[in-house]
Amino acid sequence: MSSLDQFRQETREWLSKNCPESQRQPVKKNEIIWGGRRRKFPSVDAQLWFERMRDKGWIAPDWPKEYGGGNLSVDECKILEQEMRSLGCRPPLYDQGLWMFGPALLKYGSEDQKKEHLTKITQGEIRWCQGYSEPGAGSDLAGLKTKAEDCGDHFLVNGSKIWTTYADQADWIFCLVRTNTEVAKQQGISFLLIDMESEGVTTSPIELISGESEFCQTFFDNVKVPKENLVYEVDKGWEVAKEVLKHERKLISKLDHMTEKEDRSVMELAKEVIGLDSNGKLRNSSLRDQLTRHLMAEQADQLSGLRIFQQMRAGQPDPKLPLTMKYANTSEQQRKDELFLAILGNQGLTWQDEAFPKSYRTLVQNWAYNKSLTIAGGTSEIQLNIIAKRALGLPE
Amino acid sequence: MNMVLNEEQRLLKDTIQDFLSTNAPVTAFRKLRDTQDNQGYSTELWRHLCELGIAAIVMPEEHGGLGFGYLGLGAVLEECGKNLTASPLLASVVLGASALELAGNETQQSLLDEVASGSLTLALAIDEHSHFDPLQTRTSLTENDSGFTLNGHKVFVLDGHTADRLIVVTRSRGEAGSRDGLSLVMLDSQTPGVKIDRHQLMDGRNVASIQFEQVSLPADALLGELHNGFAVIHTLIDRAAICVAAEMLGSAQEVFDRTLEYLKEREQFGVKIGSFQALQHRCAQMLCQLEHCRSAVVGALAALDKGSRGVSVQASTAKALANDCLQHISNEAVQMHGGMGVTDELDIGLFLKRSRVCNQIFGDSIYHRDRFATLMGY
Repeated sequence: MSSLDQFRQETREWLSKNCPESQRQPVKKNEIIWGGRRRKFPSVDAQLWFERMRDKGWIAPDWPKEYGGGNLSVDECKILEQEMRSLGCRPPLYDQGLWMFGPALLKYGSEDQKKEHLTKITQGEIRWCQGYSEPGAGSDLAGLKTKAEDCGDHFLVNGSKIWTTYADQADWIFCLVRTNTEVAKQQGISFLLIDMESEGVTTSPIELISGESEFCQTFFDNVKVPKENLVYEVDKGWEVAKEVLKHERKLISKLDHMTEKEDRSVMELAKEVIGLDSNGKLRNSSLRDQLTRHLMAEQADQLSGLRIFQQMRAGQPDPKLPLTMKYANTSEQQRKDELFLAILGNQGLTWQDEAFPKSYRTLVQNWAYNKSLTIAGGTSEIQLNIIAKRALGLPE
Repeated sequence: MNMVLNEEQRLLKDTIQDFLSTNAPVTAFRKLRDTQDNQGYSTELWRHLCELGIAAIVMPEEHGGLGFGYLGLGAVLEECGKNLTASPLLASVVLGASALELAGNETQQSLLDEVASGSLTLALAIDEHSHFDPLQTRTSLTENDSGFTLNGHKVFVLDGHTADRLIVVTRSRGEAGSRDGLSLVMLDSQTPGVKIDRHQLMDGRNVASIQFEQVSLPADALLGELHNGFAVIHTLIDRAAICVAAEMLGSAQEVFDRTLEYLKEREQFGVKIGSFQALQHRCAQMLCQLEHCRSAVVGALAALDKGSRGVSVQASTAKALANDCLQHISNEAVQMHGGMGVTDELDIGLFLKRSRVCNQIFGDSIYHRDRFATLMGY
């Protein structure tokens, strides 16, 4: 048996022994395990699962051991991911520090910063949020204006950030700030870490069309930030930001982690709601065709993901393919959401009225929420610009 | 399931790429078309390709097979698609040899050596109507004392006018529409009672319509089990759909690359037209569609090699996506080339026309979406 096969077997055994049964069901929003100072576990099982994975180093399986990671290779991580998926294991921790900021800090942070922040992420002690967009800087992110003034031993920060996901519950925020107005806009940006408990930081939630309010606006009013909280170099924050964005796009295309997963497949739902005729065909031939188009696209999406992984493993990465993934996956998710609504008909027009089945209402609310997928993390239009320029080399 | 070419497969792809760009570029195909070549492909080119071993790529090893698998064959077909190479690879090898391999007895399979060397060509007569639908087969096969009698009419037989032998899908019992009662027979194309008409399609290729009138066949003309040919046909559909999709993927990539090149050269209003966002976004969307299609095709080729249970579903996905992808990209290519796009001088139109013919080979998108849904049970 190869060492990878052995790793797979051991992983499977360990997971089936250590992952409580209740942590193998699709996760509902109120069952998600978030870290941070205000950490509260939704259940005893959830706490058990989190602590076992934490002690195993598998909260961040690919990070170095000295920061609480698992030191696993690319192949081992993939195996762990596959085995967790096949058992249905929930992620043991949800955190933007873990998914986005951490990988960038690994690349750009100082040793002190890594030791301090990465360790607290893997231990679930600090919960992070992202401060990138501003009311006046959305797709034109580099046009941001939140100012950080050099005051000797600290920066003085003034301005505001928008779409700061769960900022009202986060402990720290990783921020892009303007440190130089004399140079081209990308070159005057720095990457700063700010404790949300600092004086002058306030945050308020924004209500969305889905009735949820996980996005916030965060204000900075003469906030003093110690110099040691600067990541990489002054005015070179754009480089770090791009690294974070890479992980954000991967994440958004990988899973819409914020929404509750559908309880059943779109195919099962169609069979249930629309019904089959005597030949075993869906009663509505047009929906049958739309459903097939979606399932085929989903199959191709999954194969694209697998292809990227296999290319990486074979040392022959194709730079174009990953650039297409965010646009492709989020567009397909929205087509799927519209299909759900089409299938549900007049049963799919509310998430507020509890007279309707919960599973239907979840789908409807996801439909509304998922309108943000093609906006957050670089709009579809920005994605197409990136593909045109970077993958296809079309001129400015 | 491995989707990345190994070193030998990459070498094969490079060899074929070099060979085709030198010996059979689009200009060679254009010449065949302009001279209304009776054969529809160059015999010499086919002999060379067979010497390189491409007809033996997926054949069983005891018949000279090379063991590159469908992933390897797919890479070759992609190159053929890029160059619009006309050859009997699809008709004689993917369809004909597959049928022999799947259904043939030892004597019949001994012909595989000749197919691999190019000295014998096969054609598969399966279509009868305007659309691909083998369950609707009506061409009748009746048993008699000395063997069988064959009656009926086939259309859209790829390379059917040049093939040495024909493999014919027939109905030996039951009603049109039924799975039961399908049988395959193989016969010499010179057999009395067989009338073959050659047709030239808009893509410059040749197909045949074939009339069978009271054709007497010996008992050993039967390929596989009497009445139980459906399973063989089902597998043939998988292989053919995936292989045609691979060729189409190559054509789509080529016509897309040519269009990009044009957008980077052509100037209007004092700038390269490739700088216009209206065109950039459409190109970016085409790349997404192309990569999607590539994943489906390569995934399906890998599934064939692995013998996956879900291969039929993947085959239908691959063909449907390839149909839609090449149709869309070839349309956009014409539009983005402007006035030049509708001239015969440019090759773009050749890809456009080939796309529509390929759509109909072993099922258009509507057929394959219906097949997918049926296989999935809804």
